[in-house]
Amino acid sequence: MELFIQQLLNGLTVGSVYSLVALGLTLVYGILHIPNFAHGALYMMGGYVTLTAMTKLGLPYALAVVVSMIVVGLLGVLMERLVFYPLRDAPPLHDKIAAIGILLFLEAFAQFVWGADYQTMPTPYGDVVSMFGLTLTVQRILIIASAVIIMILLYLFLKKTFIGASIIAMAQNREGANLVGINTNKVAMLTFLLSGSLAALAASLASPINLVFPGMGHLVILKAFVIIILGGMGSIPGAIVGGYILGFSESLGATYVSNDYKDIIAFAILVIILTFKPNGLFAKEGR
Amino acid sequence: MAIFEKRRLWLAVLIALAILFPLLVTNGYYLHMMTISYIWMIAVYGLNLFTGYTGYLSLAHAGFFAIGAYSLGILTVKVGWPFWLAFVSACLLTTLIGVFVGLVALRTKEHFFAIYTLCVGYIIYLIIDKWDSLTGGVRGFIGIPAPADIGPLSFQTPVAQYYLVLCFLVAVIFTMYCLVYSLTGRTYIAIRNSEELALTLGISTMKNKLASFVLSVFFTSLAGALYASFIRFLGPDIAYVSVMFDFLTYLLVGGIRTLAGPVVGTLLITFLSQQLQFLQDYRMLIFGPVLTLLIIFYPHGMAGGIIRLKAKREEARRLKLDTKRAAAELAAASRQERSERYVKEG
Repeated sequence: MELFIQQLLNGLTVGSVYSLVALGLTLVYGILHIPNFAHGALYMMGGYVTLTAMTKLGLPYALAVVVSMIVVGLLGVLMERLVFYPLRDAPPLHDKIAAIGILLFLEAFAQFVWGADYQTMPTPYGDVVSMFGLTLTVQRILIIASAVIIMILLYLFLKKTFIGASIIAMAQNREGANLVGINTNKVAMLTFLLSGSLAALAASLASPINLVFPGMGHLVILKAFVIIILGGMGSIPGAIVGGYILGFSESLGATYVSNDYKDIIAFAILVIILTFKPNGLFAKEGR
Repeated sequence: MAIFEKRRLWLAVLIALAILFPLLVTNGYYLHMMTISYIWMIAVYGLNLFTGYTGYLSLAHAGFFAIGAYSLGILTVKVGWPFWLAFVSACLLTTLIGVFVGLVALRTKEHFFAIYTLCVGYIIYLIIDKWDSLTGGVRGFIGIPAPADIGPLSFQTPVAQYYLVLCFLVAVIFTMYCLVYSLTGRTYIAIRNSEELALTLGISTMKNKLASFVLSVFFTSLAGALYASFIRFLGPDIAYVSVMFDFLTYLLVGGIRTLAGPVVGTLLITFLSQQLQFLQDYRMLIFGPVLTLLIIFYPHGMAGGIIRLKAKREEARRLKLDTKRAAAELAAASRQERSERYVKEG
C-alpha cells in the first residue's frame, strides 16, 4: 500500500511536468492549428538556459527559472515570427516540416554550445522529507505546487483578463476575432510566448530530478502529443487531466508491469485511442 | 516529342555514368558513399510516393527501414535462412506490418496522422532498443552476411555490391515512373490535392491511400534490407527519428513530388556533408535551417524548381509566339484594309 501511494506521488510529480509541457503545446495547437514538433526543443532549451544562468551567471535557482522562462518565451515568439507566420497560408504539410527543421537546429545548437554530455542541475531544494512513512524530496513537492499554481494563474488569465479572452476568441474563430478588432498577430505571438515559458518552467522544474542533455525533449514532446490527443487537441483542461493520467499510468506501470517498457505505455495508449477514435478523444464536431 | 527524346538521352547518359562510376573512380571510399546514397535514394523514393504524391506526412518510415534491416539480420543470422529467401521475407514481413499500421493510421487525418506515425516510429525504436535477446539492444546486431551469389553472379566485392544496389535503384525508379504516369499515380495526386473532391469523384480514397502507403513501406524496407546486407552491422539508431529527418531533408532539397528529386537531393546532401566533414556532428546546425528556409521560400526543391522554371519559360515562349502571330495577323489585316481602301479610292 505504501509503495502504491509512493508511486501515486511520483505520478503526480511526473504528471505535473507533462501537463505544463502539454499546456504550451495545446495552446499553440488550439489557437494556430500548428502541431509544433519543435516544442520539445523549447523544453530542452529551457533546461539549458536555467542551468547556464545558475552556473555561469551565478543566479539563484528561482531567478534562473524566471530568466529561462523569459528567454525561451522570446525564442518561441521568434519562431512564430520567422517561421510559422510566413507559413500561415501554406499547406499543412509545410509547417510540420518547418517545425522539424527548427527542432533539429535547436538540438544541434545545444550540442554545439553545451556539449553532448549529460549534466546535472543543482537545486537548493534537495532535502528529503518523510511524512506518514513516505519519502519525498522538497524538489518534488515544489514541482507539484508550482505546476498547480501556474495552472490556476493561467486559468485566471484566460478567463478573467481581456487579453485572455481575446486568446480564447481567436481559438474559437480566427476570422471572427479579426473582425471584432482583435490583433491576431499579437495574439499569435503572445501564445508562443506563453507556450515557450511553460516549456521552460517545466524543464527547469524537472531537470534537478532528471538530467539536462540535448535529446531531453524527445520523449517529453511525444508524450505531450499523446496527452493533448487524450485530452482533446486544443483543450486546456484536457491537457492538465491528460498529463496527470499519463503520469499516473507511467509510474504505476513502471512498478507493476515493467520499468523497461514504461515509455511505451504512453504510445500504446495513443495507438489504442486513435485506433478507435481517429479524430482523438473529445473531438470537436465539424473540425 | 523532341523534348521526350532529349529527356531519354539525358537518362541514358546518367545511367551510363552510374554504370561507369566504379571504373572512373577507383577510390573505395567514394564507391562506398555512392552505394550508401543509392540505398538512401530507394528509401526516399518510398517516402516521396506517399508523402509527396499522396500528401500524408509519415514519420514512421525510419522505423520501417529498421524493421526491414533487422528482419534480414535476424532471419539470416538467428534463423539461418539462405540470404535471398531471408531478403524477400524481410521485405514481405515489413510490408505486412505496413498493411496493419496503414489500416489503422490512415483512418486519421493530417496532424493526427503525422503524430500517430511519429509515435509508431518511436515504438519501433523503443522495441529494437529494449528487446535485447532478439535485436542485440544498444550493443547492435553484427554478423549479417553479404548478399549470396545468384548463379554465376557473386556479390562479395564492393564493386559487385555497388552494381547490385544500382540495379535495385533503377528498378525502383522505373516502377515509380510507371506508377506516377499511370491512372493510379494521378489518383494519388488527386487525393493529395483534395481528398473530399477525390471522394466525390468516386475514388475509393482509403484503398488508394493504403496501396500508396504499403508500396512506399515496401520500397523503404527494401532499402533497409539492402542497408543491412551492405553495412552488415545494425544499431537501434537507424530506427531513430533523426534518420526520418534525413530522408525528409533529401526529399525536400531534391524536390518533393518529382521523379528526379530523391536522386538530386540525396547526392547533393551526401556530397555536401562529405565536403564539410567538420560538420559531421553539427550538420543539423546547417541543415535544420536549410530545411526550414526551403519549406518557406522554395518548397519545390531543386528538381521541382527547375521543372517550374522550364514550364514558365515554355509558357513565356508560347505567349511570345502567340503575340507574334497576333501581331502578324494584325499587320496583315491592316495591310488588307489599306489595299482595300486604295482600291476604293481608286
